[in-house]
Amino acid sequence: MGGPTVGGMTEQGVRWTAEQVLALAPDAASRKAGSRLGAAGPWSGTGSGEGAVWGLCKGSGSRPYQTVVDLADAAGPAYKCSCPSRKFPCKHALGLLLLRAADDGPVPAAARPPDWAGQWLASRRGRAEARKARSGTGSGAGPAADPEAARRRAERRAERVTAGATELEQRLTDLLRGGLAAAEQAGYGLWDETAARMVDAQAPGLAARVRELGAIPASGAGWPARLLEECALLHLLDQGWLRRDRLPDALAATVRSRLGLPAAPDGPPVRDRWLVLAQYDAVDPKLTTRRIWLHGAASGRTRLLLSYGAAGRAPELSLPVGLALEAELTAYPGGGSRAALGERFAAPAPAAFRPPGTSTAEAAARYGEALREDPWLDAVPVTLDRVVPVPDGDRWQLADADTDTALPLTQTARSRPGLWRLAALSGGAPVTVFGECGHRGFTPLTAWPEGAGEAVPLC
Amino acid sequence: MRDGASAGEGTTTPESSWEELVTTALLGTDRRTPAHSAPGRTAPAALLDAAAVATVRRRAGLRPAPAARRPERAPADPRPVLPAAAARRLAALLSDRSGGVPGGRRGSSPDLMELLPQWLATANAHGYAAPPQTLPALLDAARGRTDLRPAALAFAGPRALWLARLNADWRFALRAAPGGGAALPDPQDAEAVRRLWQEGLFAERAALLGALRARTPGPGRELLASTWPTERAEDRLMFLDSLRTGLSDADEPFLEQALGDRSRNVRATAAELLSALPGSALAARMAVRATACVALDRTGDPSAIVVEAPHECDAGLERDGVVAAPPAGRGERSWWLGQLVEAAPLGVWPERLGGRTPEEIVALPVADGWQGELHAAWCRAAVRQRDAAWSRALLGSPSAPEAGGPGAVSLAERAKLLAALERAERAAWVAGFIATHGLSEAFQLLGVCAVPWAPPLGRSVVDALNIARDAGSYPWSFSGVMGLAERCLDPAEAVRLEALLAIPDEREDAAPGAGGYWAEAFQRLVTTLRLRAAMTRELTPPAPPAKPPETAAQPPDAAG
Repeated sequence: MGGPTVGGMTEQGVRWTAEQVLALAPDAASRKAGSRLGAAGPWSGTGSGEGAVWGLCKGSGSRPYQTVVDLADAAGPAYKCSCPSRKFPCKHALGLLLLRAADDGPVPAAARPPDWAGQWLASRRGRAEARKARSGTGSGAGPAADPEAARRRAERRAERVTAGATELEQRLTDLLRGGLAAAEQAGYGLWDETAARMVDAQAPGLAARVRELGAIPASGAGWPARLLEECALLHLLDQGWLRRDRLPDALAATVRSRLGLPAAPDGPPVRDRWLVLAQYDAVDPKLTTRRIWLHGAASGRTRLLLSYGAAGRAPELSLPVGLALEAELTAYPGGGSRAALGERFAAPAPAAFRPPGTSTAEAAARYGEALREDPWLDAVPVTLDRVVPVPDGDRWQLADADTDTALPLTQTARSRPGLWRLAALSGGAPVTVFGECGHRGFTPLTAWPEGAGEAVPLC
Repeated sequence: MRDGASAGEGTTTPESSWEELVTTALLGTDRRTPAHSAPGRTAPAALLDAAAVATVRRRAGLRPAPAARRPERAPADPRPVLPAAAARRLAALLSDRSGGVPGGRRGSSPDLMELLPQWLATANAHGYAAPPQTLPALLDAARGRTDLRPAALAFAGPRALWLARLNADWRFALRAAPGGGAALPDPQDAEAVRRLWQEGLFAERAALLGALRARTPGPGRELLASTWPTERAEDRLMFLDSLRTGLSDADEPFLEQALGDRSRNVRATAAELLSALPGSALAARMAVRATACVALDRTGDPSAIVVEAPHECDAGLERDGVVAAPPAGRGERSWWLGQLVEAAPLGVWPERLGGRTPEEIVALPVADGWQGELHAAWCRAAVRQRDAAWSRALLGSPSAPEAGGPGAVSLAERAKLLAALERAERAAWVAGFIATHGLSEAFQLLGVCAVPWAPPLGRSVVDALNIARDAGSYPWSFSGVMGLAERCLDPAEAVRLEALLAIPDEREDAAPGAGGYWAEAFQRLVTTLRLRAAMTRELTPPAPPAKPPETAAQPPDAAG
């Protein structure tokens, strides 16, 4: 092909499957609206080439909407549509990608996009190039901010956090002096007020943990033990902060990140083929948190990417499960799983490999080991090999196919429809399951069938 | 998981010390002095210190639990794997299951859930296996819509029944499956067939009889006859009804014997089945009785029919299935006449009525207002005997003015009569009907036409929709036909619809905004047709690898 290729981009992006396209949708309504537009009917003037897809979609008005998706950027697809929707990507962009995902291919390859699409693509790619060039040359200069001022700001914040931690210690000791039984009557009010104080103290990690304490007395049998556990871990975090100068560096970094203090990824960038193991969102009225688990084919590491979306908006980063991307990841301080996505060298492509798995006993041991680095850790990412989902009364387990041990599923996992997909995929036969293993049990996130077969997302 | 540290040593195990900590925490250190204390720490702080250590230790010590009893493996599903594109399409159709807004305007997008039945039928026709991870969604879909159940469960296959045993929400699948999911024995395996027939549950036996009648009707009937006298009356009725499948003259002796059954319902069903066999003795008896009541007028106009309805319903009539007591509001003589004519073979009438064809007979005037009664009975007979010539005659011309209005033959009866015609003739008749009478009465008739609609029928529906649009009404007055067209129109017709997608200029006499709504409705129709074409294509199995041409053995000298 004679068309101009933009540096580092693929000429023709990989054709995504319908599920992978639908994973880009910001919400269920968009997913539904998008899949209805994924047929030839409303579309005209569709085409693809130069790493982009475009088309005209007939809406209710007289002028069709102009929709373009730029797939060439390794940093993920970019969308442009003349519709008034504030959803991102809008249903037209999703419909267009679905149309392209269909095997009968009503999106013909074209030499070059029409003017309306070409102009946007050119200006977008021009900006991206400029940004890249800037960051390449600008890194030596460093941030323009005054390092002395930054140090003073950090000190002031540390003082406020210390005040908050001290106050929280006081509340906890008061609580245990009077007894947890009294806390049952106090309800949420007490904890909400304390959480607000922790927000004021600029310790969002403490605030979140305190808020969760409020729900425990209503969580059913065994709540006093769970409340004591969480109070004790909160106390441990307070104490960790107050004595951070005596902790090893890695543990001190973990304490800082658990408190919610800002940290920048500082590990060496690790370039690898990263397999997308799972992607799921935790939706809060104010914030959507997306967690993406990746597994490095060469490094063997399992890493977590976090991305956030403001109320009602999908986080921008979306990586379809089962694809692998060639990219650099940089770890955050503290030795946990969290990493930041750096440069991407190619768009995600279907991957034939699976993460290596382990046994249930090894999975439990790994969680125990990880607590040494981070005693506040709720779960670690683990791939279990050759396990069978087994009903156990009204609970479920994942049992080793070849031994008589099993990990119970968490309550969260039991209430998800993914549980039944897992049971159906297994049919009583051993499967490979990736998930999070911790003190509440195992939460399966993705499964692979016994024989050949694609990854099946469970969350 | 269990606590790996619980088997601790010493007098105070970690587990009991944890219990101790919880008790102290619950009561408060003011009321209960903690066992742990440290110099320089207040009692609550010391308790929290100890609890933190214990919590982390407990978590770090967690070990897997003993495995519960593993479920048996699901039976193997030997059917071929669904093509990847079809599997993706299925996922999309199932994800739309929750449907649109109830009562909401449908807009221009297709209703994916409505396409699921067609998708399932095509997939089942090819004999594909369902991808295991789609089974929960398939079972949920079948649970919500009973009309989907047979096709959905057939496609879902044996693993779905295995899964349904684990989830109470899906119990219906076990009830719906013949024999609760146990496979029926091979019809050739006489011993297994006999054992299941004698020992099985009613549902298993009914499924067995149904399967046998579909393939080998004779042995099926013999199996039923072997236990007939010992069956309960309601079971006899259900089993007898399954003889409808594969009914033939060979069944006559058995049915004739069932006319003497203790149960009136069994007798009536036996008589009905016999009357569907024009060569049966019952049909001959009925022919004698019916022809005695209907004749050409010998005294007045020789080309008119006179009717003399029976004066009594004797024991012989009742034994042959005639119900003596008429429903409220009907005269008993016309009630008996209707039943006689309905059960008499239609073949007797041309001879009885002057060698006329069915068309000529239907055209004859009938004296004293008996026409409605007589024609209605002939309709029922034509439906029961699946007689195409009589069905055609009774349907008449689709463009006749009375065809559209309330005549002697109701729309429901017409729909049944149409079923006796070949699919092309059926489609042509309905096409003619729509061309003359429009769409408002056509819904029921369209429902009996074969899918996809034959080209003339499809064209007449599209033309009629176009006329309705030009008349300025709203499209939702035709939403029933529109919905049918989306599911039944041949996808190849989509090309012809392109011209209808534009929004026409608003006319003064048209309903406000109707043009836009029509464009939207046609848009949805075209989109749905395209989608159906894609669905069919995706489900078409890849062509088997072509055999090497036989000439391949020869040296490739042709090119030289």
